[in-house]
Parts: sequence; C-alpha cells; structure tokens
Amino acid sequence: MLDKHAKLERNAIAFVFAIIFVASIGGIVEIAPLFTIDETVEEVEDMRVYTPLEVAGRNIYIREGCYACHSQMIRTLQDEVERYGPYSLAVESQYDHPMLWGSKRTGPDLARLGEKYSDDWHVAHLINPRDVVPSSVMPSYAWLQRNSLKNEDMDLHLAALRKVGVPYTDEMIENAAQDTYGQARPDSEPADAFLERYGEDSNVRAFDGDPGRLTEMDALVAYLQILGRLTDVAHQQASNSTGGE
Amino acid sequence: MSKPERDPYTGLMTTGHEWNGIKELMTPVPRPVKFFLATTILLSVLLWILYPTWPYGPNYTKGVLGVDQRTIVEENLSRSAALRMVWEEKFTATDMSELEADDGAMTFVRSHGARLFEDNCSACHGLDASGGPGFPSLTDDQWLWGGDADTILETLRVGINTSHDETRYAEMLAFGDQGILDSTERRALTTYVISLSRPDELTEQQTEGLPVGQELFLDNCSSCHGDDGGGILDVGAPNLTDDFWIYGGDAESIAATLRHGRIGVMPYWEDRLSEADRRLLTLYIRDLGPKPQ
Repeated sequence: MLDKHAKLERNAIAFVFAIIFVASIGGIVEIAPLFTIDETVEEVEDMRVYTPLEVAGRNIYIREGCYACHSQMIRTLQDEVERYGPYSLAVESQYDHPMLWGSKRTGPDLARLGEKYSDDWHVAHLINPRDVVPSSVMPSYAWLQRNSLKNEDMDLHLAALRKVGVPYTDEMIENAAQDTYGQARPDSEPADAFLERYGEDSNVRAFDGDPGRLTEMDALVAYLQILGRLTDVAHQQASNSTGGE
Repeated sequence: MSKPERDPYTGLMTTGHEWNGIKELMTPVPRPVKFFLATTILLSVLLWILYPTWPYGPNYTKGVLGVDQRTIVEENLSRSAALRMVWEEKFTATDMSELEADDGAMTFVRSHGARLFEDNCSACHGLDASGGPGFPSLTDDQWLWGGDADTILETLRVGINTSHDETRYAEMLAFGDQGILDSTERRALTTYVISLSRPDELTEQQTEGLPVGQELFLDNCSSCHGDDGGGILDVGAPNLTDDFWIYGGDAESIAATLRHGRIGVMPYWEDRLSEADRRLLTLYIRDLGPKPQ
C-alpha cells in the first residue's frame, strides 16, 4: 500500500482532494459533533441577553483589547475554582458573539467579576489602575470617562446578534439606542421603558457616577458588572455538587 | 521519463523521474520512524478505549475509565474542603469574642486573614486597609454601621447598597442635583459641617453665619447624621465631627457631596466567601484597628 502514493502524486486534482479530505478530518471530528451532542450547551431558563448598553461595553472591551490580558473562562481546575468561583459553563457564553474566553492571563480572569467590586472602584481603576492597586501593570483608560458613547447604531448591533441566534425582540432592536440612556439614568422615563423590556432585575445605575452624561465608561462598567451574572446556573450547580457550601 | 533503475552508490531504486539529468532516489521511510508511527496509532486506539473520544450523533463514547474533568475537580474541591474543616469548624462554631481572646486562633487569623484580605478586599480598601478616596479606612475606630464583630460580619455578608435581598442601604441625598437646597444654602451648610470638626479654620465672617447653617443642618441632615452631627450607626450615616472622611473633608469635597450625593457600595460576599472565611476576615479587620484599652 505504501507504494500507491506514486499514483496519487501523478494526479494533481486527486491529490488536492486527498489533502482536503485528510486535513478536514480533524475539524470534522472535533467541531461537527458539538452541534449534535445534546449536552454541549446546557439548557437553562434564567439565561438573559446582554442589554444594548452592555453590548456597547462589550464592543469597547473588544476594541481596547482587554481580552489580550484577561480571560473569561474558569477552567475545571481546583485552584481556579477556589480563586474565581464555579467553573464556566458553555451556556454562559451562549450569547457571546464572538466568545471572549481568551487564553492569556496577564491580569486575572474576569468570568465572575460582576458585582465583585463597586462601580466607583471600576471607574477609579479604569482611569488609573495604580490609584487603587499600586502594583498593577494595567494601562490607564482615562478617555473612557471623557468619550461620549456612540450609541446611534446599537439597533444594528442587536439586529446582527439576532441573526446569529440571540433572542432580541423587534421592540428591543427598535429602542436599542434609547435603552442605552435608560440603563445609565435611574428614575427617568427611558429607565422605566428599559426595565419593562429587560426585566426588573437589570442593573439601572449611573455606572460612571454621572447620570447627566452617557459615556463609554458607563457602557464598559455596565458590561463588567454583568460578567458571570447572565444566569445563576453555575452557582446552583456548584452548590448542588458540594452539598450546599 | 526514464525507467526506475538501481542507483549504483546506495543500491536503492530511483523514482524513475529525471530532470536535466538529476534523478530522485526512492528511499523507503526508515524503520524506527515506521515503528513509532505504528506505536502511536496503537496507543491512540488504546486511549479511545480508556478515555472519552468518539462522537456519535447526540452522544459520545465515555471510555472505560469513566474520566470526567468535572468529577475530578469536584473531588479535589471536597478534599481541600475536608482539610479546611479542621479550622473552619472551630471558626464557625466558636463565639467571636472567645476567638479574639484566643492567641492561637488570632495567630492563624493574622496569616490566613491577610491572604483573604489581599485577594478580596485590598482592591478597594488598600493592602494596609487604610482605604482611599471613596473607600473607608478599616484601621481606625470609626465605623459607618458599627465596629463590633457581629455588625462587621453582617456587613460582609449582605454588603451596602448591593443587589443582595437583605442589603444594608444608605444614601446621601443629592441636595443640589435634586433641587432640595440652593447653592447659598449648600454653602452655609458646608461651612457648618466644617465647623463641626475644625472650627478654627473658619473666618470670622463664616463663624457669624453658623446659626443659619445649623438651622439647615437640623432641618435636612440631623435625621441621619444626628443633631450633633455625630452620625447614627443604625442608618450608616457617618460621624461628621471627627477627622475621618471617606470622600474628603475639605470645603470643595463637602460641597460636591452635598450637591451630587453619595451612594457608596460595599459588595456582598455571601456568594463568594464561606461563613468561616467571613468570620476570619472580620477578626482580621478588627485586629487591624486600635485595640480596646
């Protein structure tokens, strides 16, 4: 059989197809079954979507390259679970397009960052990390507090996300830009409309400390505060398996 | 195209190709390489049997060893939990005051508490717990909600102004932004608040205006901060008569606080830290402060 290659090498087209066939085996075996195996993505009822402000924050997170130094994936390793919390489940990044699991940790993992620190801390930390963590090597992102959030195209972002499977309603897409205001301005009319669309449990706060302006800081802090909080399933699973600790 | 022929130097056959007189040997793959190739293929077959591998439709082969990373990490976690039980039991079952009097327990608190504090608290309160702008110091004897062990423990559990169902709640109203007091009134009030801790700093003119500020204070502030500005622990309102300030005690900072209000957040830790960890941290924080005489 080992001599048969001479025949194949003399037929260029057949050789090309043979290469494509062999090279695709790895992909087919590793990726295709993820779409057919039932337990790949857990089914949970309380999984919620990112709000428009959080999507905007996520876009800033991507723009500034935060994923280059921060992962969002707690692996099934004892030290990671003890330090960061329950290991990440696939469903938690169900609405992440693209996912931001990352593979490098110059800074800590952020998968369970939501509500660990206050908004004030995030703002102070993003303006100058060394003000609150003297040993930090993270760059300063002070301009986020100065830049107004560009939100007029949020409906297009939501519409694109719906195309890849995020269940936004027509109403959510239509009011996307308005809802970014609503989430960052408590006790206002847009805030009430926002809460009606996204549920009473959504965070409505002046994330950057200034309810008068909608800044990129608002968006990024809103996003950071929801990390690991789109669903409770990881916590529930952890408390079931350790007997309620 | 020439015919394959035997190469006189190596004794091997050529491929039969010829380019400008250059011919190509058809050297067979060396035996050791073939051996290792065969071995790795055999090994992979063995691993298919032992470990989860082949997908089929809605499921996959689980392997005869039944290895699952989630089970492994759960086993590791319960093993380390069992190791911790040795001291956790003591810290959850014993009364806090008893633990504080126990030198052995406190030595443990100082070493383990420092690590817990660094991982969870130091981001806001600083490595030495002395706080910073917007984040209170934990090393003095001034407390917003009370400095006894049970109160600190509860603050750690539910936090302040958090999404926890039982959260402590305290808000300094935005007297300016909400249009409750105009700028003249706020200025008088700022002067009065300064007079509570540092009356020497005021000019004669300012001192003369103090009764106006005092009246405003009694009307607007005393329900939370007390008639004398000494603060009320039950509602988390700070003492204004001392020189401990969270957001700054200079005229400008006080004016900003009066105008925009403050809603300081202390995160809650019930989800993140065990009861034993929270008790350990409480003891650690109390140990940092001034010792009772």
